[in-house]
Amino acid sequence: MYRYDGYDATMLEERVAQFRDQTNRYLEGKLSDAEFLPLRLQNGLYVQRLAPMLRIAVPYGMLSSRQLRKLAFISSHYDKGYGHFTTRQNIQFNWPALEDVPELLAHLAEVEMHAIQTSGNCIRNTTTDQFAGVAIDEIEDSRPYCEIIRQWSTFHPEFAYLPRKFKIAVCGTQEDHAATQVHDIGVYLRKNDNGETGFQILAGGGLGRTPVIGQVVFDFIHRHDLLTALEAILRVYNREGRRDNKYKARIKILVRETGLDAFREKVQREWEQLRGGSLTLTDAEIERCKSYFQAPAYKPLEASPESLRAALAQDVLFASWYSNNVTAHKRSGYAAVAISFKKTGYAPGDVTEEQLNALADLADRFSFGEVRVTHAQNVILADVEESELYNLYQQLADDSLEASNLNKLNDIICCPGGDFCALANAKSIPIAEAIQRQFDDRELLADIGEVSLNISGCMNACGHHHVGNIGVLGVDKKGEEFYQVSIGGSSKREAKLGKILGPSFAQSEIPAVVADLITVYREQRLDHEKFIDTVDRIGVDPFKKRVYEKEQ
Amino acid sequence: MAILINTTEKIPDHWTLIQSASGPDVFSALRGRKALLPLELFLSDEEAAAAQFSAIGVWLDSHQTLDKLEDRLSSLPIIALNFPVFSDGRAYSLARRLRRDLGYTGEIRAIGDVLRDQLCFLERCGFDSFALRSDQDPDDCLKAFKDFSTSYTATAVNDTPLFRRRG
Ligand code: SF4
Repeated sequence: MYRYDGYDATMLEERVAQFRDQTNRYLEGKLSDAEFLPLRLQNGLYVQRLAPMLRIAVPYGMLSSRQLRKLAFISSHYDKGYGHFTTRQNIQFNWPALEDVPELLAHLAEVEMHAIQTSGNCIRNTTTDQFAGVAIDEIEDSRPYCEIIRQWSTFHPEFAYLPRKFKIAVCGTQEDHAATQVHDIGVYLRKNDNGETGFQILAGGGLGRTPVIGQVVFDFIHRHDLLTALEAILRVYNREGRRDNKYKARIKILVRETGLDAFREKVQREWEQLRGGSLTLTDAEIERCKSYFQAPAYKPLEASPESLRAALAQDVLFASWYSNNVTAHKRSGYAAVAISFKKTGYAPGDVTEEQLNALADLADRFSFGEVRVTHAQNVILADVEESELYNLYQQLADDSLEASNLNKLNDIICCPGGDFCALANAKSIPIAEAIQRQFDDRELLADIGEVSLNISGCMNACGHHHVGNIGVLGVDKKGEEFYQVSIGGSSKREAKLGKILGPSFAQSEIPAVVADLITVYREQRLDHEKFIDTVDRIGVDPFKKRVYEKEQ
Repeated sequence: MAILINTTEKIPDHWTLIQSASGPDVFSALRGRKALLPLELFLSDEEAAAAQFSAIGVWLDSHQTLDKLEDRLSSLPIIALNFPVFSDGRAYSLARRLRRDLGYTGEIRAIGDVLRDQLCFLERCGFDSFALRSDQDPDDCLKAFKDFSTSYTATAVNDTPLFRRRG
């Protein structure tokens, strides 16, 4: 993974010192709340009614065992012994006291971590595929480019006060694991006919109140032009994005109101100014960044060794875990393993101090000392020897981390919701738990197969409900918590937004509604058809009918 | 009265800011001064202003664009960009466009809600003088330019991004 050099380390120290000074001035009354607000947000700190929260950046999801142990330390010293993996590959802690935050940030800096630009109206942490570097269908490893974007966007002086937050995702695989099309900018690695690497660039995607799929602004640009193209889009957005209405301030609204062609033209005009200038990338820089993401010291190993086959034959629970949580690896004899943080009874994405330490140990023992956080709030060990999988599984079982529900109905993506978040209309964690309890049966889950179920506590859509095969959104109905249900969403390559079924439901009704949806699917599905494909084929009506017929 | 600084010290302010609601009728009362005219007034009454003032500069509000000024830049010794509120980031891009794309070499001044914690990035976008909001401590503000010793990306202070400087 990327390692800091003297420049990175110095700038991070300077940032910690800067925020320490800003916090002191705020506490002395020299900065007003409004003036301090963007400063603390751009250092990851929310001060809210229910629970203050610090969001720490995990650049493109990668964590070393050393960093995990530091996060465990932070969870016990500054939080109540746990943290929360977010849907943007970051980690959040609640309850840090404002005056402790500069100290906390100094701790993070010791392990090359920070909370810079994890919040506020600026360019946020760049996200990517959790299988980058190991995926079979990879065009090229996206992480060196994520790092290039991270550096360009960090402390970018022109874009610290954008109309609204700005999120970039990079995808280097055929199948999209990064929900790239619903980001303000989506970057797809591409090869042209000559085999040269470049990028397709989308802009104007996003979830929230007005969900939109991004549109192509650059069909193919040379790899050297990555930063000039991004800068051109950002500059148009910074100048022309709406600032009169917070709900219309995202770039998706600018693209829509300007019209795609006119928007493209404006970007093109900016790009002409920037293209060929000093921000043009060099092969030397691309190679330098790539050097941090070299393949680890893989051994030459045979694929699916005898010991693995024997274990699979003799232990059904292991076999079930294997079929759900293990993904093929581009190196023979290795596998990528997902550790599910969706055990029934635990809030999705929550991770305890012990688990953080356990993850660090697992990473050291099985996967070259590194893990990756996914946007589905799970954790990946990317480079596990197949012959070690059974040992790993047994260790996970000891650590209570063996849930074998990856991509299954109860692998729920869920925002913190009304239990923690001041913006929430409704709670989300209890909904997730009720659904998990309803479907807490390995065979049933296996029969239902792959379904994504995403829950957001309000329109801000941190739980990505629009792109869940089943989406649940908390709404406020005359002061009571209700839930709107949609189906048919997807964040895969052909991203789609779900369709709302109809009137919203009370909290207690949701498990039964999900059960009805699943029943219709199981009745109607053709051979091997996934839930999403059945919805696509038969449409929303049969589901709607079943769900609402009891009420009529 | 705003205190004016550059990136190293307090400096005297020689310019008189003409408010945006003003018309050419105010010119004679300010005769002989150096005037910072709002963009619309400059565009409509440049000649009348030239007859009264010893020098003319222009100031823009954050929603305005440089389109109508582009071919006049060489005659303007100063352009001021207003921050109606410090969190309105449009002027950062205006300054960048002026300095980098249009090659403007005159003074670019930040006016309005200009606060300590934005100064470092303002300098990096091409601003070189800062009319501080009246409650700001100028000595403390001068420290802000040293918040960061370098930058990852290309800036007005150093157009060579870090990736071209790393050894
Ligand atoms: S979706 Fe709403 S409730 Fe959930 S974390 Fe985001 S802002 Fe909070």
